Amino acid sequence: MAEIRLENLRHSYVANPQHEEDYALKRLSITWQDGGAYALLGPSGCGKTTLLNLISGLLTPTEGRILFDGRDVSHASPEARNIAQVFQFPVIYDTMTVFDNLAFPLRNRNVPEDEIKIRVAEIADMLELTKTLHKRASGLTADGKQKISLGRGLVRPDVNVIMFDEPLTVIDPHLKWQLRSKLKELHLRTKRTMIYVTHDQTEALTFADQVVVMNLGEVVQSGTPIELFERPQHTFVGHFIGSPGMNVLPCELRGGQAFFAESPVPAANIGQARIAGRTELGIRPEFVSIAEAGIPAEVVRVADAGRYRIVETRSHGHTIKLLLKEGGEVPSGHTFLSFDPAHTQVYEDGWMAGAHR
Amino acid sequence: MNKTVNNKAWWLVLPVFLMVAFNALVPLMTVVNYSIQETFGNNEFFWSGTTWFEQILHDDQFHASLKRQIIFTGLILLIEIPLGLAIALCMPRKGPWVSVCLVLVALPLLVPWNVVGSMWNIMALPDIGLLGKGINALGIHYNYTRQPISAWFTVVLMDVWHWTSLVVLLCYAGLVAIPDAYYQAAKVDGAKPWAVFRYIQLPKLKHVLTIAILLRFMDSFMIYTEVIVLTGGGPGSTTKFLSIDLVQKALGGFDLGPAAAFSIVYFLIILFLSWLFYTLMMREEAK
Repeated sequence: MAEIRLENLRHSYVANPQHEEDYALKRLSITWQDGGAYALLGPSGCGKTTLLNLISGLLTPTEGRILFDGRDVSHASPEARNIAQVFQFPVIYDTMTVFDNLAFPLRNRNVPEDEIKIRVAEIADMLELTKTLHKRASGLTADGKQKISLGRGLVRPDVNVIMFDEPLTVIDPHLKWQLRSKLKELHLRTKRTMIYVTHDQTEALTFADQVVVMNLGEVVQSGTPIELFERPQHTFVGHFIGSPGMNVLPCELRGGQAFFAESPVPAANIGQARIAGRTELGIRPEFVSIAEAGIPAEVVRVADAGRYRIVETRSHGHTIKLLLKEGGEVPSGHTFLSFDPAHTQVYEDGWMAGAHR
Repeated sequence: MNKTVNNKAWWLVLPVFLMVAFNALVPLMTVVNYSIQETFGNNEFFWSGTTWFEQILHDDQFHASLKRQIIFTGLILLIEIPLGLAIALCMPRKGPWVSVCLVLVALPLLVPWNVVGSMWNIMALPDIGLLGKGINALGIHYNYTRQPISAWFTVVLMDVWHWTSLVVLLCYAGLVAIPDAYYQAAKVDGAKPWAVFRYIQLPKLKHVLTIAILLRFMDSFMIYTEVIVLTGGGPGSTTKFLSIDLVQKALGGFDLGPAAAFSIVYFLIILFLSWLFYTLMMREEAK
């Protein structure tokens, strides 16, 4: 168990990086508290797996340091770092039984056989693998195999961190829920630090206490699911998290006031805006409502999404989406929109005005 | 509903049937024909039943060449399979050296059989050959045309040179196909190199190794050209393997009846041993 600190970490797969674009992972510093449940969220190719492999030691950073409880492990092997990692595709040792698979990381570290028996039995019980313990691992289904991979990660009592690299990719949808809640439960029981990589916001938001959103090789925002939802630090986070994503509209700042298409729009962080660069307004569909007066808009489409309806409107050439509770009156034709001022933010060059960067 | 009876589609199978008939069934039946009859030419045949089979199965010469064959095949399998696997493990997985290695390894496979025999024949000559002279220069008395041990050494070395490449290529293809995640997981699990080989690489190579063993078994069991060019089965008959014995019987002695019986027994031995290898290696799969 350890607190993991990344200091000015940078990584490039190019031998001699010259430009910023050569870096798969741009400079970042972040601290993972001991015992936390973290998610690394971002689109494919954003550097999540690179970051994960740097922490586990499968890659060595081009620049910067990795500290486990203050100890520099930047150049230590995965074995020396004492971490566990679960991969996208289940990795099992075909010729071994489920028991031997689970015992493998312990046997490699010369743990006495009596202790191995106790640990494996405990883990098998947690993962509901007890019945298949003496079967050959190759005969199991994909989710059974992935459970073995999870088990090998959990079996060592002293690992510093367990990392999951999109572990549910090959699992059937109905089993995904089951395994996901299992993971959450395991985190609560073992209090092990867990880092979960995914591009699926539902997985990230349900699993983690703290979500780190990445895009194009850099960390865009790190926060609780609520923070990411209510105060996205970057329009990318606004888009990426939420369904549908945040509305982003161009705006003009004049005299301490934001204007969208000549209509004044009050925004929560207008005080911090510095009238520099490209300015935009961000508002989530949850905080847009139909009003008697305000921003004129044309209703284009209404889609039923179960508990609510998604109303798509157009105003001055821009699409604005809003959510309506089920049972509410369905608007049509010409209407007016109002934005909740507490949840309307001004963005400058994509970043929220006044955000810490 | 009435089903239309139309068997015209059978005609479509005819070309394939004819091809199979002419390249397998007809020759095989000819052999069967010879093996159970006696002929003195003029296309006159007399029924002889199992006489030829009994004769072959009690033939000391056949026993001797079968024994030599089994020892030879056993030896080259014991050498080529582990050696091929070891070379494949040492080859680079990526980078510019991959193609260089692959071409170098594949070269022996491109040399025609009789050329391989001639090459080794000349190279191993004790008076002018590089290999032969070199060994003698070390103080070891070596002459493959006179000493059985020298002859066997040369024949085995030649086969290893010619065919280990096949095992290397098959194993290399198998190794490259193992996803990186396995190696990464092994690192995380703290596996030592031996454990990586024993629990990841070897199990993943099981199928290609089965193919390699089967191919090498069948080919080496039927070896003819290289040996006939190199030693001609000698000195004496110390390197006379089954196929050489068969050719001498059939073409040298014109004993078509016993030779035909020989062929069929030969064929059945290969078929049986191949089946045995395959079943033994795939036994685990069925569980």
